[in-house]
Amino acid sequence: MVQSGDMLLEANGINLRFGGIRALTDVSFSVRKGEVFSIIGPNGAGKTSMLNCISGRYKPQEGEIIYRGKNLIGRSINDRAAMGIGRTFQNLALFSHMSVLDNIMVGRHHLLKNNFFTGMLYWIGGARKEELSHRRDVEDIIDFLEIQHVRNEPAGTLSYGLRKRVELARAIAINPDLILLDEPMAGMNLEEKEDMARYILDLNEELGVTVVMIEHDMGVVMDISNRVMVLDFGKKIAEGLPDEVMENEHVKHAYLGEEDDLLHDEEAEAVAL
Amino acid sequence: MSHVPHPRPCGDFRTTYSDDTSLFRTKVEGYAVYLGIFALLFAPLVFNDFYISQMILIGIYAIAALGLNVLVGFTGQISLGHSAFFGFGAFASAWLNNTTGIPVFICIPLAGLMTTAIGMIFGIPAARLKGLYLAIATLASQFILQDFFSRADWFSGGAYGSAAEVVNFLGIDLDTDQKYFYLVLFWVVVSFLAVSNLRRSRDGRALVAVRDHYLSAEIMGINLTRYRIMSFGVSSFFAGLGGALYAHYLQYVSVEGFTILLSIQFLAMIIIGGLGSVSGSLLGAIFILLLPQFMEEIASSAAVVFEGIEQSKAYIKEMSVGAVIILFLIFEPEGLIHRWRLIRASWKLYPFSH
Ligand SMILES: Nc1ncnc2c1ncn2[C@@H]1O[C@H](COP(=O)(O)OP(=O)(O)OP(=O)(O)O)[C@@H](O)[C@H]1O
Ligand SMILES: [Mg+2]
Repeated sequence: MVQSGDMLLEANGINLRFGGIRALTDVSFSVRKGEVFSIIGPNGAGKTSMLNCISGRYKPQEGEIIYRGKNLIGRSINDRAAMGIGRTFQNLALFSHMSVLDNIMVGRHHLLKNNFFTGMLYWIGGARKEELSHRRDVEDIIDFLEIQHVRNEPAGTLSYGLRKRVELARAIAINPDLILLDEPMAGMNLEEKEDMARYILDLNEELGVTVVMIEHDMGVVMDISNRVMVLDFGKKIAEGLPDEVMENEHVKHAYLGEEDDLLHDEEAEAVAL
Repeated sequence: MSHVPHPRPCGDFRTTYSDDTSLFRTKVEGYAVYLGIFALLFAPLVFNDFYISQMILIGIYAIAALGLNVLVGFTGQISLGHSAFFGFGAFASAWLNNTTGIPVFICIPLAGLMTTAIGMIFGIPAARLKGLYLAIATLASQFILQDFFSRADWFSGGAYGSAAEVVNFLGIDLDTDQKYFYLVLFWVVVSFLAVSNLRRSRDGRALVAVRDHYLSAEIMGINLTRYRIMSFGVSSFFAGLGGALYAHYLQYVSVEGFTILLSIQFLAMIIIGGLGSVSGSLLGAIFILLLPQFMEEIASSAAVVFEGIEQSKAYIKEMSVGAVIILFLIFEPEGLIHRWRLIRASWKLYPFSH
């Protein structure tokens, strides 16, 4: 067993309901420092809802999410960046009228000190100096993700694959310790997927960022994850090493769409409640 | 050079990060603006009173429109009450000077700060409301402030209005249009620089981020409520500043001037100039101020040729102003600044523009 000191994030007994819909039922898991942790499951399984609980968009009715010893639930969303949690979205969520550079600079928001007043003075009071020094870090991120050629383009005009990359760049600009990626490769062609997988691995290995990733592409999940959790109908049905999880009977059922009496009975009960 | 991966338009010589963040896209454009400001310094020596007074009014309205553009163009909020803040600045500056004796020169920016506070208070609903609902809430601020102006005798002189002192700068009374012109020019340059700087630094970017995608802005650590309200504050500062300059230009402030009609005109300025564009705010102010006069000229010339329309000259003018604005919105929905960018792009890529 890994000691709890090695845990970066722990979710305990998360229950999330929307009216009668149980999006998450009693989900618990923990993510170790420095690993790539994938969440998989069929459509509507509650994967995005789980990320939203971590990032503060949704507030689960029960349960706690401990990040570095602090409960995240009840904290405001805009605290997340300063705590070192970055994320990307399943549906593109760039600032589409801003340039790629500006998009990534927004990621530096919580690291910048200048305010409305000193920003207006720009040359006096250090705003310019601060902009330029952070600009250097942002250029490093741009080089890392190989998006130099579009740095001055409005983000909304880019191809889908590039936009996903810019979103990752923006999340990296936060300087995160933990990054939440919601289907970073959805809608990409094979080559783009390979690039993205490489960026995620580099991010994890070179920059030491812990990754929690939702992904439908099993090939990618098997390749780059240290551990995998499987959700189905809002419940955790398996967790473990990628190979173990793939061998799990429940998982096979969930993915092959076969009847899984055990789970469905519970589901029926849950709905009846 | 065997391989140029990312061609840049010629004239774009930005090679360092600091060049990249410069105010102007090209050196030439920068020089043109500096030259333009320099040339304006001589305007009072060249132009007659009428032209100078038009330029003063354009400058004053441009400052207020710039403020509205921060709110609407940058942050994507809406205000139907901008003229009330403009009016508040006008009364505040006169009141401050009349009651405390602080020199008018100082009262003008102070009135801007007072309007900032008022704007933030009336901006509080923006923390919760968006779109049409926010529009209605700001409409309420228009009427509440207008009502306040006509009732608060101590502040605004009520129905009589209040006198606004002549600006005195280092012993010189700015009592002619020629002299006042320089004061307005100063504040126009300062305001436009300030907002351009804001746009390229932390909090200005945050405002635009809130407009483009508030959910991801929040994840980036941007406090939505704070920025939505601050946007009202900044916007009101420039409204108040413009209003104060207006008051001491006319040397008299009365409540009639600050109706919703003026609020709509401010909106028209930024829509026609270009939403979110700093220089577009100036272009829009020029357009909205000069268009009626231009149409008046045309209607009068037409009346000379077709004597029958002499009677209805006024209607023809009003209707053609409306028609031009509508045509403009149809054919140039992104504003004057967009047309300018297209022209610039075709120069810069010359001879490859086609
Ligand atoms: N804001 C919401 N209001 C109501 N129901 C919601 C809301 N968000 C999610 N749900 C419901 O919760 C369940 C889980 O949705 P979620 O988006 O988390 O699934 P997912 O696993 O991310 O699916 P996908 O693979 O399609 O992205 C679904 O039944 C969904 O309809
Ligand atoms: Mg999802």
